[in-house]
Amino acid sequence: MSDLHVKFLGQTLAGPVVAASGTFGFGEEYSAIEDLKLLGGISGKGLTLNGQPGNMGERLLETPSGLMNSIGLQNPGVDHFIRHELPVMKQLGTSAWANLGGHSVEEYCEGARRLSETDVDFIELNISCPNVKQGGLAYGVHCADASGVVRAVRDCCTKPLIVKLSPQAEDIAEMCKAVEAAGADAISLCNTFQACAIDLEKRRPVFDNIFAGLSGPAIRPIALRMVWQAVGAVSIPVVGLGGILTGRDALEFIMAGATLVQVGTANFMDPGACARITREIGQWMDAHGVATLDEIRGCARNAG
Amino acid sequence: MSATNCNVRVLRQSAPAPDIRRLTVALPRDAQMPHAGQFYMLRAWAANESPVLSRPISVHDMDPEEGSLTFLYQIKGEGTQKLAALAWGDTLTITGPCGNGFDVAAAAKAGKVAVVGGGIGTAPLLLLCKQLADAGCKPDLMVGFRDKTYGLDEFVPFCGKIDVATDTGALGHHGLVTDLLDPTAYDLVLTCGPGVMMRGVAKLCFAAHTPCLASLENKMACGLGACLGCTCHTKVGPKTVCKDGPVFPAEEVFEL
Repeated sequence: MSDLHVKFLGQTLAGPVVAASGTFGFGEEYSAIEDLKLLGGISGKGLTLNGQPGNMGERLLETPSGLMNSIGLQNPGVDHFIRHELPVMKQLGTSAWANLGGHSVEEYCEGARRLSETDVDFIELNISCPNVKQGGLAYGVHCADASGVVRAVRDCCTKPLIVKLSPQAEDIAEMCKAVEAAGADAISLCNTFQACAIDLEKRRPVFDNIFAGLSGPAIRPIALRMVWQAVGAVSIPVVGLGGILTGRDALEFIMAGATLVQVGTANFMDPGACARITREIGQWMDAHGVATLDEIRGCARNAG
Repeated sequence: MSATNCNVRVLRQSAPAPDIRRLTVALPRDAQMPHAGQFYMLRAWAANESPVLSRPISVHDMDPEEGSLTFLYQIKGEGTQKLAALAWGDTLTITGPCGNGFDVAAAAKAGKVAVVGGGIGTAPLLLLCKQLADAGCKPDLMVGFRDKTYGLDEFVPFCGKIDVATDTGALGHHGLVTDLLDPTAYDLVLTCGPGVMMRGVAKLCFAAHTPCLASLENKMACGLGACLGCTCHTKVGPKTVCKDGPVFPAEEVFEL
């Protein structure tokens, strides 16, 4: 029987699959649907210090094997999360990740400071949301911007700090190195891909922001390439995500060197996806005589 | 009560109108039963098949004795086409019950109730009228359709008067369903239909000081309140149609 536990930033997690931010609420919504104790963790809906109502207009559009979204970081704010959502999240039997966005370096820092005083397990710094003008992608394209915000947050954050990167980063390997040098404990990538759709009848963009974020199986091979590059660029753990729908998909990321994977859009294609993918990973390991994920993590990098 | 996910078997499917389907599935014995105004996410295709998202469909009827749920829906695109291809014995996945639904017990105590529907928006209203009647409050029903009506016979045992309007004049009043509603005659109005229709109903009710609850529809990804893809910007802040709704006080969600 394979052992799915993963050691990650000082904790031992039950499995390699973490529910991705923005697709899983704060976890409670899925508690009657799947066994959350099988998961490595839940990354909650992206927070900003003071909360925000999110974007107007269309928010969702299906594409071939993909989903475009323009939610715009709708969230109740850090204090509301600490008071109302986090206590529930901590009862779900898996690690609780707070995903934190911001509109300025100061805001990121204040959010991280407040979250550091709670029993949240990890902070995932979101510098990669494509759907807000600030507080996301503004810091995720150029290495110097990312480096600045990560260094500032590192100084006021006592929790393990994962930095979530955007595929829009101008050079993904350089970005990873910059974020590692600035003090990140781990990297997660990638957030959604900036994309566009036009409504022919209205003769205008579908989304009020013109661009929206594309996720789902459509982008998986590109995300895998970026995870491969990230693993090659840094020595901190890399959390791989992008279009993972099956255990086999997840194993590709792990063989590319990812320590953990996150599952996002698949939760909409199968609300039990995180637990199912975890089971499928175990079944593959059993069938192939693999006892622990450490045996195969990064193995594809040494092939041939 | 939290939504669960289960595989169900199709008992029957019929076509009350060319683009309308009535789908009945068997619920597992231990499954939670829904109440009026709730819905399920339906998926009759594999996780890796198109379309990406499951389809939110409201509960049209249920039969606790048979252990069945019935959905009434309009064929609009790829997802509903795949649902329409289902036949006896086929299986599909349903997630639910989702949403707040109507508070039938409170509505039944309100006094005289009008239920106002438009087109496929009549889908959740059958169970609503049934549960209201069971609670001792037979509502009056006003429904609008473009041309042909469907499914109205089902309502007869559970309603007081039933008035029909059609855009074409093919049946009943030639005009809008809102022409049929005198909100001063009611203590509560419950409505589901196209946005413009519900806004019209809400305006009439607001002017007459009659409380009105409207059941909204929106594109949804999760159906569980997790993704915030279906958010409605109400006068009391952003709300999810899937979890906070789909039933809202009309004055909170419509410009009056």
